[in-house]
Amino acid sequence: MAEAFKFELVSPERLLVSAEVESVVIPGAEGEMTVMAHHAPVMTTIKPGVVTVKNASGGEERYVVFGGFADIVAAGCTLLAESAVAVKDVDRADLARRIQEAKEDAADAKDDQARSKAEQFLSQLTTLEGAILPA
Amino acid sequence: MPSLKDLRNRIASVKATQKITKAMQMVAAAKLRRAQEAAEAARPYSERMGSVLANITQAIGGGGDAPALMTGTGKDDVHLLVVCTAERGLCGGFNSQIARHARDHIRRLLADGKQVKIICVGKKGFDILRRDYASMILERIDLREVKTLGFVNADAIAKKVIHLFDEGAFDVCTLFYSQFKSVISQIPTAQQIIPAGVASTPAEAMEGGNAVYEYEPEPGEILSDLIPRNIAVQIFRALLENAAGEMGAKMSAMDNATRNAGDMINKLSITYNRQRQAQITKELIEIISGAEAL
Repeated sequence: MAEAFKFELVSPERLLVSAEVESVVIPGAEGEMTVMAHHAPVMTTIKPGVVTVKNASGGEERYVVFGGFADIVAAGCTLLAESAVAVKDVDRADLARRIQEAKEDAADAKDDQARSKAEQFLSQLTTLEGAILPA
Repeated sequence: MPSLKDLRNRIASVKATQKITKAMQMVAAAKLRRAQEAAEAARPYSERMGSVLANITQAIGGGGDAPALMTGTGKDDVHLLVVCTAERGLCGGFNSQIARHARDHIRRLLADGKQVKIICVGKKGFDILRRDYASMILERIDLREVKTLGFVNADAIAKKVIHLFDEGAFDVCTLFYSQFKSVISQIPTAQQIIPAGVASTPAEAMEGGNAVYEYEPEPGEILSDLIPRNIAVQIFRALLENAAGEMGAKMSAMDNATRNAGDMINKLSITYNRQRQAQITKELIEIISGAEAL
């Protein structure tokens, strides 16, 4: 059994998780990564996606996050999410609204740079929707 | 001299008012608890944000790639004030305190020959500032429809502010709100959010915070993502503090009003009783003297 470390998932509204966990999968801006105990210190932004938390007691929990960043040090991992909800509580209407907004953003983007950024965000959202739909 | 009937009516109306103020006080007390819980729940995020920010600025070492939101435009000519007040009145001096603080600040800036722009969050501050500085108010943000204050509300305000900054509409942005000290004391506070004074967040770095970080993507890029978010967090915190402060002020104002109504009822009752007694005595005297005359 892997060693446990401290993981915290915080959204501006509240502290969602503060627990000893075995591993956490984080949707980093440059690819997913799994964090385990004694990870090298990393700071990364995260994209919209699913965070999978494997508890020290064995259970597994999944949360949907919409952007934010993670601060990983040897002592633990803090994930500051712009907004976070447990996968089972995801509001589909809210997700659809976000996708709609992202589509509008992509459509009104003024220059190529803004458009590609908006489109990237949109594709991340649709991937996310696909990932949690069967749940 | 008011008649007995007038007095009775007045007592009844003061009693009705007292019932209303009492109810408002209890509602405010319940809302205050909720607002305090929300403020408490938001604290870990802003604390962590502070420590992360401190870490990363240390890593960059104030190098040239720090974003403009942090270093400022290098000028100090146009000031943007974001004045956060409550949407509703009947909360004692709460709103006027914040407005007065903002007004003093505006006067000082104008005396120094600076240009001032204002964004009002909340109706009451807008009503007060409109009288003197209507031409400077860029926008009024209405949160009356908002039942529970969410991060999205703060984020929307932050986006507007940052958008204005990107357009070069101002150089310095200051946030006005009321710090929630306790139920009876709220301190009107001014906080500069752009350029962000990093020294103002002396957060303890997390254990092992001095370790060499790996950044993904580049520190500059993270920082430019982080600073706008930090501004939103600051505004969110200000709004939450304000919400708690408003309820606290309302609670103590309504408590005072209830007590005053009680005093008034006592006074009116005494007058009423005295007058009734006087009338009875008068009638008795009339009967007795009438009987004696026979």
